[in-house]
Amino acid sequence: MSGSDAIPEFHKTGHADGQDVSLTNLSAFSSGPGIKSGRELAAIVAVAVLVIGGIELALRLFNVPHYIMPPPSAIVAALFTEFPLIMPHLGHTLVELLAGFAIGATIGLVMAAVITQFPFAEKIVAPYILLLVTTPMLALVPLLILRFGFGYTPRIIAVALAAGPMVMINAATGFRRVDSAKIALARSYGASTLQIFWKIRAPMALPMILVGLMIGAIFGLLTAVGAEMVGGGFGLGNRLTTYSSMIQMPQFFAVVLILSILGILIYIFFFFVGKKWASWEV
Amino acid sequence: MNAGDTSTPKLSVREATKVYLTASGDLLALDRCSLDVGANEIVSVVGPSGCGKTTLLWSMSGLHELTSGEIRLDGNKITGPHPDIGIVFQEANLLPWRNLDANINFPFEIKGEKPDQEWIAHLLERVGLEGFGGKFPRELSGGMQQRAAIVRALSLKPSVLLMDEPFGALDTFTRDEMNRLVEEIWLDRPTTIVFITHSIEEAIFLSDRVIVLSPRPGRVAREYSVPFPRPRSLEIMATKEVFDLTHSIKTDIVGKRASGAAPARQIAESV
Repeated sequence: MSGSDAIPEFHKTGHADGQDVSLTNLSAFSSGPGIKSGRELAAIVAVAVLVIGGIELALRLFNVPHYIMPPPSAIVAALFTEFPLIMPHLGHTLVELLAGFAIGATIGLVMAAVITQFPFAEKIVAPYILLLVTTPMLALVPLLILRFGFGYTPRIIAVALAAGPMVMINAATGFRRVDSAKIALARSYGASTLQIFWKIRAPMALPMILVGLMIGAIFGLLTAVGAEMVGGGFGLGNRLTTYSSMIQMPQFFAVVLILSILGILIYIFFFFVGKKWASWEV
Repeated sequence: MNAGDTSTPKLSVREATKVYLTASGDLLALDRCSLDVGANEIVSVVGPSGCGKTTLLWSMSGLHELTSGEIRLDGNKITGPHPDIGIVFQEANLLPWRNLDANINFPFEIKGEKPDQEWIAHLLERVGLEGFGGKFPRELSGGMQQRAAIVRALSLKPSVLLMDEPFGALDTFTRDEMNRLVEEIWLDRPTTIVFITHSIEEAIFLSDRVIVLSPRPGRVAREYSVPFPRPRSLEIMATKEVFDLTHSIKTDIVGKRASGAAPARQIAESV
């Protein structure tokens, strides 16, 4: 014990709180202090109208056929008329995403928390984690379908495999952020290893955990849609292949629009969770 | 009020030696360092940076185990963190995700005890932080953060307070104010205080004794007693005695450094 003590080091003012990792710093929303005046709002709306209207106008002016690129108005119209048909598929995709993400994120978090406690084990496991992070889990979907059929199971497994490592690698970065002075503080009151984990390490890791959860959820969404495109008769990914094979491009883009909105909602959700629970870093 | 002349010292450091194992080899931070601190005495430890002051304090607190030698509190060997010892760390070391109240309750949470709200309220009032309980550390000035850290350290009514360069990051005026506050708190409820600092002025203002450590490896190079009555005033600090004392301590530190005993590169400034 005596020889293993680290030289006490103290963060110099300010940089103990690693602003580099906070979720809100990644945010496009936080780049400014928010919309301040009606003029700013008007400018934002005007640019949006110009861009979308410009596309609409150009597509109509050059008579671009709908099967190549439908105008925005047709996409929005398709979104409303087709939505009752698309909705059940949205439900299937959400089930796969939520179930796979819950499983993957839980395993990823637990593994990150455990592995960072044992630096030696971490070194051994690191290459495999890297392999899991870098391999597109979509590649395994045909195999999973062979083994588990065309139901939810292969898709949920694929989502879990995609989300888990992302959560783990980011959470591990968070758990590795040790502040020896804060741990010493807890130890000086006789804190147990478990108390140090829950009261010091976990809150310090929280901002990175949230980043991991967000990236994991986005990867999960990608993988769910990809897996649906490979096989099985349901899900938003299945709609994409179906509509494109029938050259129903407005409907196809309506599904793409739903997927974009899903991704943005995931982002906004974690942004506000971060703002509420990890804003001490900013 | 000058205590410290009792037969068993409150804190007794005997031949304390500490070696750190670093990537670049062993580092001897403390070498057979011995000193006593009497009950309710305020002792400052000064010395060139990297001389092992913080190592000495962390060993006294039981956070670090000595390589050899021993430290006794009331005659009992210290083997780990002790409930009777409170620590005020460099910078405030508050937990940024907790507000002030939650930071001050932290020790009680760890111990599973109910906080002594009356005592805490008294302390908060004493340091001028009443009504700030809901604020987060980032919303407070450096001086206020350090006041909160002092309240946290005193909340468990320790009989020994170890202070590790607590005001090093503060500006001179805030530092003077904090020094007066420490004196007030001490007059209010006498405690044994070991105070690590590199401000000689601060050491003289606060202490009954000033201990000068040699450059690394740290040993007690010299000891000065500071016999001025409390509360001490700014006028006392402007007397010739204080000036001579300051000069003598400075010569101890700088002179020894100039003799070439200190390594050219300080590996860890805070050790």
